[in-house]
Amino acid sequence: MQQPGRAAEIKANGIGKSFGSFRALDNLTLDIGRGEFLTLLGPSGSGKTTFLMILAGFVQPSEGRLFSDGVDITQRPAEQRAAGMVFQGYALFPHMSVEQNIAFPLKVRKKTATEIRQRVGEMVERVGLKGHEKKLPAQLSGGQQQRVALARALVFEPGVLLLDEPFSALDKSLRGQMQAEMKRLHQETGTTFVFVTHDQSEALALSSRVAIFNHGKLLQVGAPDEVYDRPANRFVAEFLGEINMLPVKGVKPADNGAIGLCEDRAVNMRCKAETVKGDALLAIRPEHMSIAREAAVGENGIAATAIASTYLGAATRLDLTTRQGSKVTVSVPNEVAAAALSKGNSVWLTWPAEKGFLLPDGGQ
Amino acid sequence: MRGTLSDRTGAALLMAPLLLFLILAYAWPFLGVVKWSFTLPTPGLGQYGALATDPLVQSVFVRTLRIALIVTLVSVTAAYAITVVWVRGSPAQRVLAEFCILVPFWISVLTRAFGWVALLSNRGLINTWLQSVGFISEPLTLVRNEFGVIVGMTHFLIPFAVFPLASAMRSLDERVLLAARGLGSSRMRTFWTVFVPMTRSGIIGSAIIVFVFSLGFFVTPAILGGGRSVMIAELIYLRIFQSPDWGLGAAISVVLVLFVGALMALLFRYVKPKQLV
Repeated sequence: MQQPGRAAEIKANGIGKSFGSFRALDNLTLDIGRGEFLTLLGPSGSGKTTFLMILAGFVQPSEGRLFSDGVDITQRPAEQRAAGMVFQGYALFPHMSVEQNIAFPLKVRKKTATEIRQRVGEMVERVGLKGHEKKLPAQLSGGQQQRVALARALVFEPGVLLLDEPFSALDKSLRGQMQAEMKRLHQETGTTFVFVTHDQSEALALSSRVAIFNHGKLLQVGAPDEVYDRPANRFVAEFLGEINMLPVKGVKPADNGAIGLCEDRAVNMRCKAETVKGDALLAIRPEHMSIAREAAVGENGIAATAIASTYLGAATRLDLTTRQGSKVTVSVPNEVAAAALSKGNSVWLTWPAEKGFLLPDGGQ
Repeated sequence: MRGTLSDRTGAALLMAPLLLFLILAYAWPFLGVVKWSFTLPTPGLGQYGALATDPLVQSVFVRTLRIALIVTLVSVTAAYAITVVWVRGSPAQRVLAEFCILVPFWISVLTRAFGWVALLSNRGLINTWLQSVGFISEPLTLVRNEFGVIVGMTHFLIPFAVFPLASAMRSLDERVLLAARGLGSSRMRTFWTVFVPMTRSGIIGSAIIVFVFSLGFFVTPAILGGGRSVMIAELIYLRIFQSPDWGLGAAISVVLVLFVGALMALLFRYVKPKQLV
């Protein structure tokens, strides 16, 4: 339906925003590619929503420029930016039927009645609202209202679709369903999607790239596996999922990576040691560690004692303490956890060198 | 129901004095008025028959409805503009609007009516100014007619029209307006196609309050109409204190109360009481 060429390419150049003395967004530079699905992820107050509002034109940045397809749109008012937007709580027009809501952006653009009817019909079908055209928003379920909001934002084929925590009001099963549907809509329309959420699993599942914000700063931007496996700092590492932090001493560069001492054992790391030297933290995701009877020479491993387990169905979460007192959590197959707990509780934790990464000690 | 039985009994006890006062001071005497309408000067439906045929009474009814409608239209429109500034303006604008809404409540209706006479009369401020500038040679008739009555009543009723509108505008979800603009709608279009329809309950509530008030207006039409543009309340006063024709006055009162009662019933069908404050 849409030419991929119509999707917008956005450049944010040194964008900042202050509300009084509060610095909501600081020196943000970010390129949003044509047709990409970019998620802005961060805790509340991190600046992600402020940036979305600046993209939409509802908030004027205090400094910096914004470009869409090379054109400076910093001063352009919201109504002339032609960005589709889905709000938290949907913001449907309560006095208009489903059909009228979806037709609104087309009417504003003075399309002919025939064209409006045809495109609204297509959109209603595409989001699965056939038979609900004449209903008012109040007569619809949360999921259906969500679909109306999506249809209304996409019907005029905007160059970019902005979504502000659209699933926060939905229950978990509906959320998964809507996420899949949104992914499909992104592929079908080819439009650039910019999606704000504070849910890291949602961000990892949906996006082609994730931009992580905290305290008004953009900390890292990259593909989901990139930010998950190689976070730039401790905040990103912890925000994206559970992670174990082990102190390492005497870190120095080595062949294809770095070496250091962890719990008095030499460990290898694949990441670069240039930025982190001396004492640091070694970060490893729970699912990347395994339980072993002993660690082979040259293999990364530390001794630990299992203290508790939580049965999660598909796997078991095992809490352990190392000899030097660090707390570690691993996610292991159920029978491994049972064996670890029964064997006098003393086990070895091992991990592949490429799964551990270094973060500055005590830093953010 | 959230309240327990004793809660509700407590609430009822707190309400009781007001209810008792209303019964003693209004409902009970009004029953007397109803009785007069059927008994004075002779028992029967004679006064209601006269109401239906008397051309004077009918012309006063028609004039009252006409004035009330015009006043309602003008007051609600003006109040809407003021309320938009009050609820959505800049902090300085809000203070100014609030001042303009509240100050009239501190000035007696009588003072305000005479103030308008001073402004609008043949030798009043407006006419003398227009003449001195040379726009007109003869003074315009601005008072002692329907125009004067409408001006005075509108001025008095605008603040009353503000509150239901403010309540409707305050409960409106800001994001819906942002959504409209984000979808490409200009500020003007957003105002007419989204903002105004979403404050519909406030407009209805405000219009009915102003209309009901207008129907029973006495002081302002009596002073600014100067006896030439008599409205229904003044007619009742004349029939009771001057003619005297208590039976007819009573019958007009009963019809007015029934009419207003019907309008109030309509009001509460469309608007919840808590939306009016």
